[in-house]
Amino acid sequence: MVELTIDGIKTSVPEGTTVLEAAREMGIIIPALCYHPGLTPYGACRVCIVEVVKGSQSLLEASCTLPVAQGQTIITSSAKVSQARKVIIELLLAACPNSKTLQDLAASMGVNRVRFKIKDKNCILCGLCVRYCKEQMQSGGIGFVGRGTSRRVATAFGETPEECRNCNGCEWICPVCERACMAGSLTDGVCGRCLNLAPVETCPVCTHCSEAVGSSGHRVY
Amino acid sequence: MDSVREEKVEEVIREYDSSRDSLISILQDVQSEYRYLPESILKLVARKLGLPLIQVYGVATFFKAFSLKPRGKHLLSVCLGTACHVRGAPAVLDEVERKLCIGPGETSEDMQFTLETVNCLGACALGPIMVMDGEYHGQMVPGKVQGTINRCKKSPRGGKK
Ligand code: SF4
Ligand code: SF4
Ligand code: FES
Ligand code: FES
Repeated sequence: MVELTIDGIKTSVPEGTTVLEAAREMGIIIPALCYHPGLTPYGACRVCIVEVVKGSQSLLEASCTLPVAQGQTIITSSAKVSQARKVIIELLLAACPNSKTLQDLAASMGVNRVRFKIKDKNCILCGLCVRYCKEQMQSGGIGFVGRGTSRRVATAFGETPEECRNCNGCEWICPVCERACMAGSLTDGVCGRCLNLAPVETCPVCTHCSEAVGSSGHRVY
Repeated sequence: MDSVREEKVEEVIREYDSSRDSLISILQDVQSEYRYLPESILKLVARKLGLPLIQVYGVATFFKAFSLKPRGKHLLSVCLGTACHVRGAPAVLDEVERKLCIGPGETSEDMQFTLETVNCLGACALGPIMVMDGEYHGQMVPGKVQGTINRCKKSPRGGKK
């Protein structure tokens, strides 16, 4: 077991746990976009950054890829952290201005404008879909192509890949390409393709945190 | 895809023991054979190595050295890195474009030349640099462009790389 302090509270977690997981275990909400419990951490979106105190200094690190260490001191919401997160979410919004998830997350941080040039790419390159396809579906139909500013998620030669199992998981897991729900227009009210059929349980004091972390990260405290 | 091509690719893959880790080397060798990576060949490589096509495609699109479009017999790259830029590379590029009637990333209609720009070749002291079929030509000036192109046209083997 590794002992560490998160936001002034001492805790001990098994070795190999990430700081993000340790914090969630304690009920501390750290926003995360590219993290998913069933997939390997990727560290792409950076919204999960936390302050790691080292003596009189502190570093900002992505908590989803940061393994816990003995005696570590973590601060998950300081002025430094929230300032950095605000810029990050602003940058992400510039790439996906229409994403409800990003808008909600931005709003919850008090960001209500984007100062960067908006280039709607409808993708934040979080890699969730690519990892899902590869790790959960053992398929590998989609992947990143190109590099730098032209990096994007695609299928090879723009064709439907042979490996694709039509699971729709890539679309489901994507934090930004939310498909508008058409349930209301259907006869029985449920289209059957929705993977969130189970009602989401809420905490006694619902703070709508799941809107920020996505229903996949939802935990009842 | 004709079987000659297929055999050649299989030979290359065999040379690397069908190892997935050698994907980049395999693609390099295949490309030096065809000067570019045709779709059918990428599919063949993926099948032979047992890799998802997207993984091969991702690698092929990541590195600038790989081309998915047919390339000309001669490959001409003009360095537009900072050092070459201040020493007058844009004028050299303009001249090349005028002489070959193609822009960066394009291939001439007769499939003789492909023009590319690069950002620093690590030989800044020689700038502006133009690379023709792997051969460095330093201290280029627009006036020397035509001569270099002519010399290259005469060379029997080009486009390797
Ligand atoms: S729908 Fe196809 S591409 Fe998307 S995750 Fe499933 S298998 Fe992969
Ligand atoms: S398509 Fe969606 S899930 Fe895939 S990388 Fe882009 S933002 Fe992430
Ligand atoms: S959740 Fe940690 S970087 Fe995206
Ligand atoms: S800038 Fe051209 S070689 Fe460095």
